[in-house]
Amino acid sequence: MTLLRIAAAGLLASTVGISAAQAQGTVKVGLIMTYSGQFADAARQMDGGIKLYMKQHGDKVAGKTIEIIRKDTGGPAPDVAKRLAQELVVRDKVDIIAGFVLTPNAMAASDVSQEAKKFLVIMNAATSVIMTKSQYSARVSLTQSQVTETLGKWAATKDGAKKAYTMVSDYGPGLDAEAGFQKSFKAAGGEIVGSVRMPVANPDFSAFVQRAKDLNPQSVFTFIPGGAQPAAIAKAFAERGMDPKKTKIYGTGELTGDDALKNMGDSALGIITAWHYDHNHDSKLNKEFVAGFRKDNNNINPNFFAVGGYDGMHLIYEALKKTSGKTDGDALIAAAKGMSWESPRGKITIDPEIRDIVQTIYIRRVEKVGGELKNVEFDKVENVKDPILAAMKK
Amino acid sequence: MSIATPTQNPQSYLAAQERWRPVEIVFWLAALLPFVLFPDYLTLASQIAITGLFALSLDLILGYAGIVSLGHAAFFGIGAYTAGVLTKYGWGEPITGLLISAAVAALAGYLSSLVIARFRHLALIMITLGLGLLLHEIANSAHWLTGGSDGLQGMQVWPLLGMFKFDLYGYTAYTYSLIVLLIVFVMARRLIHSPFGLALRGIRENWTRMPAIGANRQAHIRKIYTIAAAMAGVAGALLAQTVGTVSLEAISFGRSADVLVMLVLGGAGRLYGGIVGAMIFMIARDQFSGIAPQYWYFWIGLLLIAVVMLLPNGVLGGLSALINRWRSRS
Repeated sequence: MTLLRIAAAGLLASTVGISAAQAQGTVKVGLIMTYSGQFADAARQMDGGIKLYMKQHGDKVAGKTIEIIRKDTGGPAPDVAKRLAQELVVRDKVDIIAGFVLTPNAMAASDVSQEAKKFLVIMNAATSVIMTKSQYSARVSLTQSQVTETLGKWAATKDGAKKAYTMVSDYGPGLDAEAGFQKSFKAAGGEIVGSVRMPVANPDFSAFVQRAKDLNPQSVFTFIPGGAQPAAIAKAFAERGMDPKKTKIYGTGELTGDDALKNMGDSALGIITAWHYDHNHDSKLNKEFVAGFRKDNNNINPNFFAVGGYDGMHLIYEALKKTSGKTDGDALIAAAKGMSWESPRGKITIDPEIRDIVQTIYIRRVEKVGGELKNVEFDKVENVKDPILAAMKK
Repeated sequence: MSIATPTQNPQSYLAAQERWRPVEIVFWLAALLPFVLFPDYLTLASQIAITGLFALSLDLILGYAGIVSLGHAAFFGIGAYTAGVLTKYGWGEPITGLLISAAVAALAGYLSSLVIARFRHLALIMITLGLGLLLHEIANSAHWLTGGSDGLQGMQVWPLLGMFKFDLYGYTAYTYSLIVLLIVFVMARRLIHSPFGLALRGIRENWTRMPAIGANRQAHIRKIYTIAAAMAGVAGALLAQTVGTVSLEAISFGRSADVLVMLVLGGAGRLYGGIVGAMIFMIARDQFSGIAPQYWYFWIGLLLIAVVMLLPNGVLGGLSALINRWRSRS
């Protein structure tokens, strides 16, 4: 039992350590992100947004200095994410945990947030249920169903689509997208004429597109991960003669991101996507945000990861202002609930009940503007809550 | 690798090998140091112990029996998912969960050993790689059971022995992992220093001669492969229980590759090679990624190249060569 006694002594010592750290004038924010590996690009964007916010607003809030500690999970690794979260709390004595590109990592760290009563800010991970894992978490990015259910309803009611075929990648987010689109499309009176699930790392979509074409659906909804795949599927649509002018092609924002559009070329013209942010969004704040981001990041345009990081820092700063620098989880989450502000993407709110983001979903079409392919916003749905979490509360 | 001198008979050779050396006792006592010296690092320590156990299981087949595997994470993942699914559906008792996971992984190991025992070298690499990828894809598509790429959610692990909750600081996690590692290690040690262990080394050294002197090569390989799979399953179950979730990463190619790297770093064919390799790899990763989260893999790569070039038998191989040279000089 000596072990236990040592354990108890250690616990005591670290509790003393925590109060000592809080007496000083710093607020420590631990970032858990995918700095290395195949999702490094997302983390770079997010980090760019975080750095830009701190550059514009300084590192002092409510009389305290913000100190950032960065940790790498190197891909979807909940065991690493949970360990890093534990270490951030136990060893680095952080007051706030933030970041999270990927859902499994956010889920694992949420357990720690709940147990240690630490404020947790999710800057991307988009699966609905994450929010149920900790009552100290808030999300500033988006949820999958927020986008796909909005798109499904919009397509059936506003865009006159009566029949749709869905094509998604066969993994968690793909299945969620399929379920979200189909559910709301059917609820709004549309009919799903068929669906297909494609392998996640799929280099060639021609067979799948051909199958869709054989059914001659009025519209196609597709969800595939970013990277090289959007260009491949757009090419397959063009080759098989699925013209977005005749058959409507719907997707989420990942399909027509900045990099994807460059690779897709003119085959992307006419694709309709629903998304919460694009660097072409017309507002004063967004213009400043994009200019600032491009200046610090080799003229790369910010994407939704960057805006997630930026708004996440805003939430942390404003919550700290409200609590006058108090950093306990209860105070911070109470301050965050119901907070509303102007983001580069437009007005956003943290729902007071489900602690999740409420925002405008924009409907965009890929068009050529000044010789460049752009996502042009032509319609929007305001004040969208996550439908899954909202339904859970009822 | 010490070779029996002609004057020794096999029994006394094995008995001499099996005696616990002082340095080993020091090693295991040192494993308690994190409780006192680094109480902030206990979660890392528990994951090192788990990864060390996983590397030890690979060492049994790769280092001792010469079976090259690029898909060992399959059994780690099976163990992890078994433990995870058990706790999710109402049986959260850790120790029985561990045993059930070991049994399931052993069964999978036995079934695949029927194929494994027939092949060598490049064919083995391909087969193990294929099996690993296959299981990864099954885990991905069995979304209803495994949670797919979102990870397994809703695990409720009961307190260890009904008394010790898995805490934020990792006291329970490290104590639990360390005890399991020690028990499995003692078993592996006993196994390696038995005539069966000697036969395995014989198979590694001379594939064709062992059947000629009466050893049933395929039966031996099936046996050790099943045992190694059970051990990997225990490691996976430990990780699932101490972390409280399982993701596809547990069964991924990356994990198979990482454990191979650790074993090569530490020294294959040495009981402590896997554990030392896991320590070096994970501590280096923790420290390097603390300095530069983007570029830590660069340093790991550099470390690996340096070890392979300068110490072809791993860190432990290099150490023992150094000690031998020092002894022969004095």
